Amino acid sequence: MSMFEAVLLTIVTASTPLLLAALGELVAERAGVLNLGVEGMMAMGAACGFAGAVVFDSTALGVLSGMIAAVLLASLFAFAVLGLATNQVASGLALTILGLGLAGLIGAPFIGARREPIAHLHIPGLTDLPVVGRLFFGQDAFVYVSLLLALAVAWFLFHTRAGLTLRSVGENHTSAHSLGLPVVRVRLLAIVFGGACAGLSGAYLSLVYTRFWSPGMTAGRGWIALALVVFAAWRPGRAFAGAYLFGAATVLQLHAQAASIGLPSQTLSALPYLATVVALVLLSLGKRRAVGAPGSLGTPFVPDR
Amino acid sequence: MKRAVLGAVAVAALAIMAGPASAQQKLKVGFIYVGPVGDHGWSYQHDQGRKAIEKELGDRVETSYVESVPEADSERAIEQLARTGHKLIFTTSFGYMEPTLKVAKKYPNVMFEHATGFKREKNVSTYAARFYEGRYISGQIAAKMSKTGVIGYVGAYPIPEVVAGINAYFLGAQSVNPAVKLKVVYVNSWYDPGKEADGAKALLDQGVDVLTQHTDSPAPLQAAEARGKLAFGQASDMIKFAPKAQLTAIIDNWNDYYVARTKAVLDGSWKAQDTWGGLAQHMVVMAPYTNMPEDVAKLAKETEEAIRSGKLKPFKCPVFKQDGSQVECKGGDGLSDEQILGMNFYVKGIDDKLPQ
Repeated sequence: MSMFEAVLLTIVTASTPLLLAALGELVAERAGVLNLGVEGMMAMGAACGFAGAVVFDSTALGVLSGMIAAVLLASLFAFAVLGLATNQVASGLALTILGLGLAGLIGAPFIGARREPIAHLHIPGLTDLPVVGRLFFGQDAFVYVSLLLALAVAWFLFHTRAGLTLRSVGENHTSAHSLGLPVVRVRLLAIVFGGACAGLSGAYLSLVYTRFWSPGMTAGRGWIALALVVFAAWRPGRAFAGAYLFGAATVLQLHAQAASIGLPSQTLSALPYLATVVALVLLSLGKRRAVGAPGSLGTPFVPDR
Repeated sequence: MKRAVLGAVAVAALAIMAGPASAQQKLKVGFIYVGPVGDHGWSYQHDQGRKAIEKELGDRVETSYVESVPEADSERAIEQLARTGHKLIFTTSFGYMEPTLKVAKKYPNVMFEHATGFKREKNVSTYAARFYEGRYISGQIAAKMSKTGVIGYVGAYPIPEVVAGINAYFLGAQSVNPAVKLKVVYVNSWYDPGKEADGAKALLDQGVDVLTQHTDSPAPLQAAEARGKLAFGQASDMIKFAPKAQLTAIIDNWNDYYVARTKAVLDGSWKAQDTWGGLAQHMVVMAPYTNMPEDVAKLAKETEEAIRSGKLKPFKCPVFKQDGSQVECKGGDGLSDEQILGMNFYVKGIDDKLPQ
């Protein structure tokens, strides 16, 4: 395996959890719900994903457990912000704290357990191709799911009627409501989708990225995913670009250090953040019309009867 | 007037209620951890020390801990413990130094123990372990086991504590293979399993076949195991994460120290002091030497014994900086403790620039 190929493979691993979580949050925010609880849902996904995998001795069931746990947590958030019309920022922050704490509690008996690596795709002939073989035809299921999901979200948002409904609910919930669109139901589904994605991303961390559970292992990736959504101007394509750029910069700066290019490690560590912000800002500048946040983002909706 | 009398009665009542309770009060001992107790590493080992206190002195003490306390925001957590009646507080990360001193000033009757720091007060002790002794042994093993002659190091931050470990590791490696090469990666975090793994992978991709780490999770070790390469456990025995890759681990053992210091508070003999124990004091313990041939394990054991008995000093003079200049020898036949604690240079032979 060449060095170039090795670097690319690590970049994919580093970017996938960010992409998954960012896609989920993007859909929720497009529906007008700002869920700052991504980090907490991710932690739950990681803890329950790992716990499930150990208990059932199956990675697939583990992933499912992680997603269900994160969805349950997201439903709690939905109950607060949709049912009780609470402040979304406060509820989201509370969700992060709750999620991190619960994850620690649930994961406690599984500290120290370990799992074998999960299966990677192998197509004889294709996977063995030089350079691109393992990159395109030798990844694990999570990677392919995350890429398909990015395409699916883009197609759903901009090419389906349901996607249009979701976006209009996010842009102006009062108008959407007066048109008879089910604002609360759309938002509920969007929040649940966001939870499932965050859970999947968390499960990826504890089952593939580093195959063990330990509290706090999400280490701020939920917050990075949240920032990516904003800098990606709520567009799935750019969220993909942002996640991979961030992942690439993270991995490349480590390689730069190992190769001792002579730049201070502190500067190199800041690089992923700088590169991502600059790139996505430049992307937004290129457009003629300003792409702002969804109009109703963060505002509670109380049906006016 | 009436109100004042009522107030006095209330105060008296409170005093009576509080009286019997305080007579039989247990000594409250508090701990601040920088990571989660489940990190399998640094914080986990400190918590083992806390449990040792409970086991040994359970009927006379009550312990509590706060985990995952960010260094920048630790003052509140430390003060919270001081305010809730903890009389002995262990703050277990370098970055807690200033906050600990600040709170110690406000609570002169509370005794503080700050790990890995160098500033003391009447009620603030410092303590640390000579991990670099274990690093020297790891370095020797790494150089013996490496086929490529390139060994790696995943560091947290370029601070003296980490730099001294890197130098000791490299000096150990050099002592058995003068041509050995070292690659260093800083992940700028004590605890981020994903990034630690990425750092380890970057090293492995660049030809490293034996690596060690100064970060707190088993992720780098596990990354080495997944690639069929070798590595060392950090802070605690991590063999269950890498049964085929772990050569040994440098284990922090705080148990004896924590129990002794708690006893000192109980019998009133506690005084601010500085403790820096190594292999000889059992503050640093080596995990079993595994996954290596007999002769390498023998060499490691001999080195361990030589360091323990004081015959071998990892930083024995002369020590040369990267530019070839000799470091002034302030500790007799080796570098002084101050020089090791404040180490801000790489030794000669490390082909890398130390981030300043």
